[in-house]
Amino acid sequence: MAFEGTVHKYGRDVDTDVIIPARYLNTNDPAELARHCMEDIDPGFVARVRPGDIIVAGENFGCGSSREHAPVAIRAAGVSCVVAASFARIFYRNAFNTGLPIVVCPHAAREIEAGDRVRVDVVEGRIEDLTTGKTYAAEAYPPFMRELVASGGLLPYVKKRLAEDEA
Amino acid sequence: MGQTVTEKIIARAAGLEAVRAGEIVEARVDLALANDVTAPLAIAEFEDAGFDKVSDPARIVLVPDHFTPNKDIKTAGQVKKVREFARKHGIAHFFETGRAGIEHVILPDMGLVAPGDLVIGADSHTCTYGAVAAFSTGVGSTDFAAAMAWGRVWLRVPQTIKFVYHGRPGRHVVGKDLMLHTIGMVGVDGALYKAMEFAGEAIEDLPIDGRFTMCNMAIEAGGKSGIVGFDKKTTQYLQSRPVGSRARTAGQVFASDPEAEYAQVVEIDAGAIRPTVAKPHLPSNTVPAEDLADVRIDQVVVGSCTNGRLADLQQAAEVLKGRAVHPDVRLIILPGSQEVFLAASRDGTMQALVEAGAAFSTPTCGACLGGHMGVLAAGERAVATTNRNFVGRMGDPESEVYLANPYVAAASAIAGHIATPDMVTTAKGGA
Repeated sequence: MAFEGTVHKYGRDVDTDVIIPARYLNTNDPAELARHCMEDIDPGFVARVRPGDIIVAGENFGCGSSREHAPVAIRAAGVSCVVAASFARIFYRNAFNTGLPIVVCPHAAREIEAGDRVRVDVVEGRIEDLTTGKTYAAEAYPPFMRELVASGGLLPYVKKRLAEDEA
Repeated sequence: MGQTVTEKIIARAAGLEAVRAGEIVEARVDLALANDVTAPLAIAEFEDAGFDKVSDPARIVLVPDHFTPNKDIKTAGQVKKVREFARKHGIAHFFETGRAGIEHVILPDMGLVAPGDLVIGADSHTCTYGAVAAFSTGVGSTDFAAAMAWGRVWLRVPQTIKFVYHGRPGRHVVGKDLMLHTIGMVGVDGALYKAMEFAGEAIEDLPIDGRFTMCNMAIEAGGKSGIVGFDKKTTQYLQSRPVGSRARTAGQVFASDPEAEYAQVVEIDAGAIRPTVAKPHLPSNTVPAEDLADVRIDQVVVGSCTNGRLADLQQAAEVLKGRAVHPDVRLIILPGSQEVFLAASRDGTMQALVEAGAAFSTPTCGACLGGHMGVLAAGERAVATTNRNFVGRMGDPESEVYLANPYVAAASAIAGHIATPDMVTTAKGGA
């Protein structure tokens, strides 16, 4: 699973209130959520983002509320994957559960600049900055997370488990 | 090899002898919760995935509390979906306007949580129930949908950081201050992926409401859960829950072994902690309240899942009784539940607050997340007993939120700037 795109760069502690402000949480329509993605931290983001683009951020990305509307908005805005120094835990779960590819790599998160073209292989944990020519090794997914990704997210995984229990 | 209380609860729920930090397990869920923001998304996912039946309706709780009473047409539509889902699947624990309040206040108060339970909620502040020695943690809508279908959740067993609070906190220093101080020490990701275990004589002395406040804000340090050991105060609280409730009839008491392995042990002198305020825009941005007397404010909010219990309202009323809210300030009280509302109306708390010039709302999360009932304009500043002060949290991205305890919130409402109760008492005496 590999993606190539242009980087949008943010600092540490990007919280879910700036990823998708609560005032837009009276819907769960992905297209509508996407229109307000990153609105309170980067009002120009929605106009600038192109399909396949990649978000690179510092520590604790997605901290705050449990709203799954945050990964949903990011994906619906066209972002292919998120690379961060670390992820807040509920955001981490939500990303795997809903199929937003994420990669933990403090080194890449520090060095990659806004506007760089980057190629990310999420399962293998390989990040290549095509602009600078540098490559980075990210944290590999634990076996359980690989299985979640291979199943297509948590609900398909649960269906499989329930079918196994019945068999 | 010793185990922490958190490891023991997860092992029990996973049907295992023991678990180790870092291991991923599939654990049985005793109670799964969602609200009007997270349930509609979960219901859509549940139905889109082709599930037609919930595994156990008795273990599901649905509480529309964020934008209720429904603030607009879209919200009304979302809550309607939740209501219809509850009826269709026979979910009796559906609590809406007039019968409920804020999820994390009502679940323990109604006796739905027992010690040793494993609770997940599609709301980040689900970590609150560690105050009754349960393992509880916030998850997303998909996790909740999966728990409805499957009755289980996947969990990485967290390491635990033990926080030991020595000494006795001073006047007007409550659970909120201990927790803000702690978050200020470790940072907003200081307990990332970890359980926070609160211990020491200051915690033994801390009333149950203060313990709820502390566990509630574990997420603000990045924590997976917060937990306090079971003691006399836990028993007293649980035994005063409704007759026949889970809190009185079920549960299992676990305690950390003396040789349990901790990621870290942090020792804190509770006696040195002052009434504490977190400045914009992170809960870790803490300073003593008295240092912020030059910060003028427009609004004060007392309430939320963090500080919307009766004791919190009583603390605000203690400061405001016979006084008046500053003419430039709007004071909004958001009680945590119908039960809190009723109790506050009976014991004079509501009267003291309303006479001082407070607006007293029906229970709702409302203003805490800038939903309704007190949204801030650009350039406005609020002191709030809530849990987050992120950019745009209570309204316009140019507004500011200062987090504090109810004593400080009430004193600030009188002063028109951030203040401690002692500061407004002195002013009164001198006038």
